[in-house]
Amino acid sequence: METLIETKDVSFYYNFGEENQSDEILHGVSLSIPKGQFIAVLGHNGSGKSTLAKHFNAIYLPSGGTVYVDGLDTLEEDKLFEIRRRIGMVFQNPDNQLVATVVEEDVAFALENLGVPPDEIRRRVDEALQTVRMSDYAKHAPHQLSGGQKQRVAIAGVLAMAPSCIVFDEPTAMLDPQGRREVMDTILDLSRQQGTTIVMITHYMDEAALADRVVVMDDGRILLDGVPRKVFADVELMKSVGLDVPQVTDLSFRLRQKGIPLPADVLTPEEFADALVAYLEGAPDQGGTQETGDA
Amino acid sequence: MSVVKVESLSHVYGKGTPFEKTAVDGVDLEIQQGEFVGVIGHTGSGKSTLIQHLNGLLKPTQGRVLINGKDIWAKGADIRRTRFEVGLVFQYPEYQLFEETVYKDIAFGPRNMGLREEEIRDAVADAVRFVGLKAKHMERSPFELSGGQKRRVAIAGVIAMRPQVLILDEPTAGLDPKGRDMILEQIKRYHEQTGSTVLLVSHSMEDIARYTTKLLVMNHGRIFAYDEPQNVFARADELIALGLDVPQVTHVFSLLRQRGYEIASKPPLTVEEASEEILRYLMRRKGNGTC
Ligand SMILES: Nc1ncnc2c1ncn2[C@@H]1O[C@H](COP(=O)(O)OP(=O)(O)OP(=O)(O)O)[C@@H](O)[C@H]1O
Ligand SMILES: Nc1ncnc2c1ncn2[C@@H]1O[C@H](COP(=O)(O)OP(=O)(O)OP(=O)(O)O)[C@@H](O)[C@H]1O
Ligand SMILES: [Mg+2]
Ligand SMILES: [Mg+2]
Repeated sequence: METLIETKDVSFYYNFGEENQSDEILHGVSLSIPKGQFIAVLGHNGSGKSTLAKHFNAIYLPSGGTVYVDGLDTLEEDKLFEIRRRIGMVFQNPDNQLVATVVEEDVAFALENLGVPPDEIRRRVDEALQTVRMSDYAKHAPHQLSGGQKQRVAIAGVLAMAPSCIVFDEPTAMLDPQGRREVMDTILDLSRQQGTTIVMITHYMDEAALADRVVVMDDGRILLDGVPRKVFADVELMKSVGLDVPQVTDLSFRLRQKGIPLPADVLTPEEFADALVAYLEGAPDQGGTQETGDA
Repeated sequence: MSVVKVESLSHVYGKGTPFEKTAVDGVDLEIQQGEFVGVIGHTGSGKSTLIQHLNGLLKPTQGRVLINGKDIWAKGADIRRTRFEVGLVFQYPEYQLFEETVYKDIAFGPRNMGLREEEIRDAVADAVRFVGLKAKHMERSPFELSGGQKRRVAIAGVIAMRPQVLILDEPTAGLDPKGRDMILEQIKRYHEQTGSTVLLVSHSMEDIARYTTKLLVMNHGRIFAYDEPQNVFARADELIALGLDVPQVTHVFSLLRQRGYEIASKPPLTVEEASEEILRYLMRRKGNGTC
């Protein structure tokens, strides 16, 4: 598959080469993200997730190594516009994103910079606000919104851009459960229907379970990289690096330790219910979760 | 005695403007000393607005707020003291952090309370341990930290004041799972050791189910329920209709019930409870000789 983002042996220091240069934050990270993939990035606080993600649209430039976006080297200044056009980013804190004084202007902001015609801007802004259910707040000021409402508007701004890749930095951290489901549905829809490449940083294991691939960062390095079913199956390893697994994966793990033969790679409530019912009814495990691991 | 009492409280933002919004609408609430209250509700339901009244950050449009029986806005009342008694950790830590170093930020509250320098140092050291920050972060600017690290500084700043009522607005948003469990455990310990009252606003049904003794459910500026968590989570369909949910393991038990397996009379709220219920069920089955 064609590669969209490629980091090669990237190292990074804040304030590189200056007096107040930080410790090394990223230690030679190499990662290749194919076009159309939905990848979840996990890792403890301060492990370097946001720092790495900001390399994908050239907000940060590597101190060592290289980052290519669709074949464009992020170190080449004249490529910046092309890179930012391809990679949209939803920041961890919406306040760093919301720049205009009116919600709809904010959502239109990037589109204006991209030179999109006014009618088209109008259409895309309305559609994006509708997707995140914030149409009623189009004329509000961002500071008049609740925490979760701000987060929705920040997401709308990037949806309106319709870039070929969106980097979401903890997009659901402030959302209610329904809002989280809706955002995850939107992300899955972008991924499956529009072929958008998705990089999603999250601390919610059940969200990461929906991705095609999970990358686990630990102290500025990539520790694990694989399909969710494989990554989450090692409950003890995940917990040892400060992470977790979905509740049902944990439940299955605990019961297995008590001698109940449930599969190690259960990821959703439905799968767990299937597996337990199969066990109770004495049937061989037909959830088939083990075999479909790479699907 | 109730430590927090709210009487027909309403809050209207932008009164008389096109954006007028009644964010809290005639709320009556009484919280007993020593309770650990979870606050849940859909986006924009008025949670942050309500709790900002409890330490006087927002002034009621209507109604009264009483802390330890005293109206905090009564003539001659000392609102500054209320802010020491009722500590509030903001939803976005950036709103709370402003000093040039992490140490100064955490020391800000204790210093304002008039503590002596070595008392301040102790209070900061305790708070730093509480949230699991590293010593090397102390002299850094709070703005040069990761999202989860900032959150820890914001929590430490309020803990350092050892408030009688501790209010946390989404304290675990942005924390990694280990940090989340660690800090919630610390809050629980603080709650138990000091007998303080805790209000925890959260969208994580899992965290709410694990720690709280009472659950306040907000819906469009009003109270939908104020009850024990078990009773609230038994109303799964209503919660989902409000944009909320039940913990994932609780959901598993209703799936099993739909398939004809009544594993437990009351659905479990945590992974530990779920595991025990299933094991107990299996034992019972064995005992009955059905397999
Ligand atoms: N502006 C900055 N200057 C110096 N160091 C920084 C700066 N921003 C972040 N750091 C440090 O870089 C490291 C990685 O931070 P980063 O924000 O990438 O972590 P993260 O994995 O996104 O964490 P979180 O889950 O808390 O958001 C942390 O140790 C942090 O303290
Ligand atoms: N400063 C403000 N001016 C006008 N309206 C506001 C202001 N702050 C909040 N609101 C509105 O009041 C309502 C309640 O907001 P509040 O922040 O209390 O919600 P919340 O329950 O904390 O939501 P969330 O879960 O998203 O944090 C929302 O509809 C919001 O748009
Ligand atoms: Mg981050
Ligand atoms: Mg809020």
